[in-house]
Amino acid sequence: MSDRDPSDMSPREGCPVHDWATDFDVMDEGYIKDPAPVWEELRDKCPIAHTTRWGGAWLPTKYDDVREMARAAPTLSNRSPGVIPPAPEMRELLIAEVKEFGSELPPISADPPEHKPYKQLILPLFSPKAVEEYRAFTENLANELIDKHIASGKMDAAVDYAQQIPPRVIAYIIGIDPGRADDFTDWTRGIIELGQTDPEARMKYRRLIRDFFQEMIEERRDNPRDDAISKLMAAEINGEKLSDYSVIGVCFLLLVAGIDTTWSSIGSALWHFGTHEDDRKRLYAEPEILPTAVEELLRYYSPVVMARRVLDPIKFGEADMVPGEKVIMNFPAANRDPDVFDRPDEVVLDRERNRHIAFGVGIHRCAGSNLARMEMDVALRVWFNRIGEFEVTDPDAVRWTGGQVRGVRTAPMRIKA
Amino acid sequence: MRICVDADKCEGHNRCYSLAPELFEVDDLGIASALNDGHVPAGLEAKADLAIANCPEFAITIVEE
Repeated sequence: MSDRDPSDMSPREGCPVHDWATDFDVMDEGYIKDPAPVWEELRDKCPIAHTTRWGGAWLPTKYDDVREMARAAPTLSNRSPGVIPPAPEMRELLIAEVKEFGSELPPISADPPEHKPYKQLILPLFSPKAVEEYRAFTENLANELIDKHIASGKMDAAVDYAQQIPPRVIAYIIGIDPGRADDFTDWTRGIIELGQTDPEARMKYRRLIRDFFQEMIEERRDNPRDDAISKLMAAEINGEKLSDYSVIGVCFLLLVAGIDTTWSSIGSALWHFGTHEDDRKRLYAEPEILPTAVEELLRYYSPVVMARRVLDPIKFGEADMVPGEKVIMNFPAANRDPDVFDRPDEVVLDRERNRHIAFGVGIHRCAGSNLARMEMDVALRVWFNRIGEFEVTDPDAVRWTGGQVRGVRTAPMRIKA
Repeated sequence: MRICVDADKCEGHNRCYSLAPELFEVDDLGIASALNDGHVPAGLEAKADLAIANCPEFAITIVEE
């Protein structure tokens, strides 16, 4: 893996940004809270911005540029998809591991031709037909969460609801104990939130997750079960069984990618309805628009950015990219491009023509997109069915997380049956 | 009206299938194909048009006949 050189560490990390075109900071507090004004400015001024912060990166903001870059594999490589590159000691470890065992978190960290067989192993778990089998489990879960809080008249839509659903659903699919959901959530935050800027946390939680799945493999080695872990252990690529390292990598990916992302989408959607009375009333009055509304909320609150690593020199517009640089796949900004979307900065619940790319495009399209959509559909449907009135109690108390995944982390609400 | 899904472009987003299950099917990997050899039954043209407009891969096209 070619990650940031220790000498590249910018001394300015944490300092205010004066020029977003040449010095953007994806961890800037204001940017995390509301990045749209920055994207709007950049689209006019410098549609592919650059920074030397966090090891250096490019940031496209136009829909067509993001699509083109997302499809430029493997010149733009997925070998290091984290937006903030790992610290030097972890980078050394990863280089050694990848050399010995192959991609760390396949398929997301793999390039062609290694990528495809891994993607094909996991896609059947998330086909439209497969995810329907998880719907009843998800509905029960959502109802139980509301049962627990409805009498009290208040509920944090992010903490008590959105955060609780995805870890249990993905645990159920992988074949691990949904009762340990709080652990899985802590580990995921340790990687995706805390671990972005805290190298020790990143290392610690990575170890915890890998050790956990090694244990799950041992439990199944002689007694296979009817679950995803056992299926991965039995699977073959090019006539060979997967190594434990690869099975663990795939499970690690399923767990982490299944939790933070969908939790953010559900939380942002409920926060939206809790702060926008017109849209809230409209969904109560016209529940049939929910599937279209889910797509619009995915567009507007797109939670995920991924990164690519430049392997060979390549030019997009004015941007001359050189090997070793990072490129941020800015799907959220693409989804606000006024050249593609009318009224891009408005939530239009019945926006029927919506070619958004919240789940990415090209070979690395999110494998769990059907699952995420089902979870959002169930979470919102159950919420609107069970709760007659609700609103965010203090819109200023909302807290957003950002970097790799943007979402609402706390959204206290008044609720009434 | 006749439509066609380019299997090389399709990445399995399944937008077409969810918007117009009368017109598309998807396999276990999510790759879509047009039902009925792409012939769109009368009355479903608007649905076909929506499927085309929502495909993130620009994989669905109208076949000129």
